[in-house]
Amino acid sequence: MNWSKYSAPQAFYPLAGQLIPWFAIVAVALMGVGLYMGFFVAPTDFQQGESYRIIFVHVPAAWMSMFLYVVMAIWAGVGMGLNARLSFMMAQAIAPTGAMFTFLALLTGAMWGKPTWGAWWVWDARLTSELILLFQYAGVMLLRTSIDDMRRADRSSAVFALVGVVNVPIIYFSVQWWNTLHQGASVSMSTGSKMAATMLMAMLIMTVAFWLYSIAVVLARVRCIVVERDSLPVWDEKPAVSQEVAEVR
Amino acid sequence: MQWGSASEFFAMGGYGLYVWTSFIATALCMGWEVLALWRRRAAARAEQRAGLLGDTDETTA
Repeated sequence: MNWSKYSAPQAFYPLAGQLIPWFAIVAVALMGVGLYMGFFVAPTDFQQGESYRIIFVHVPAAWMSMFLYVVMAIWAGVGMGLNARLSFMMAQAIAPTGAMFTFLALLTGAMWGKPTWGAWWVWDARLTSELILLFQYAGVMLLRTSIDDMRRADRSSAVFALVGVVNVPIIYFSVQWWNTLHQGASVSMSTGSKMAATMLMAMLIMTVAFWLYSIAVVLARVRCIVVERDSLPVWDEKPAVSQEVAEVR
Repeated sequence: MQWGSASEFFAMGGYGLYVWTSFIATALCMGWEVLALWRRRAAARAEQRAGLLGDTDETTA
């Protein structure tokens, strides 16, 4: 199979349309399983009581905020290197979802910080660098909307995204490099997990669910962008329009 | 299962406000994003059809 043909927007458009329902269905199913495990199977934490259950949205959202930024930067880089329009469109489509997860990581973090630390917000390295990530997403999106010429908008926001990727390892390692109020990693590649097995499982399932959700949403946004930019011939046949709407529902 | 009753579940051991705000905010954001994309898609398609009928944006705008 020749995958490179899908780098053309008109070939990618129907493929994305076929993939979206599958990612969406599995994402919703896993969210159901993850929430059930998180609320009904995972035990009460002996130190934090029930407040720790915020972890089941906080950590997946925070991981996605960083992961999506890296993926966005990679697409931006590919777009710069190959001068590929679809790559820039992918980068453009990822930014709002990444910004949303960054916002949610900060909000749920505040909700967790108040009962455990006694403060909604502290200026420690982890929280501050994550806040900067939110500004970076905003910068990527604002830069794009402020430049009328599409090619220049693509390149400018791509450069901005690529330079900003340096903040992602800073966020990730901030709890090791600085003395932060934010706790260190509960799950690590080298030392394994410090959590109860069911807690960890629920958190990982929610993470996979958020990841698949992100793919579905980003593909849907790319399709919108393709149509908006090219105001284009309809690539899927007329009869498929009603069928597709039904699929999305 | 650690919940004796529904009210115990919603109370979340006294942390209900924080826990439910987190989960509801996450659900609202995701729901809003899906809805916004749906409307954006509908708008893009409407524009697409209008373009096919002949009155393109380039000439009118």
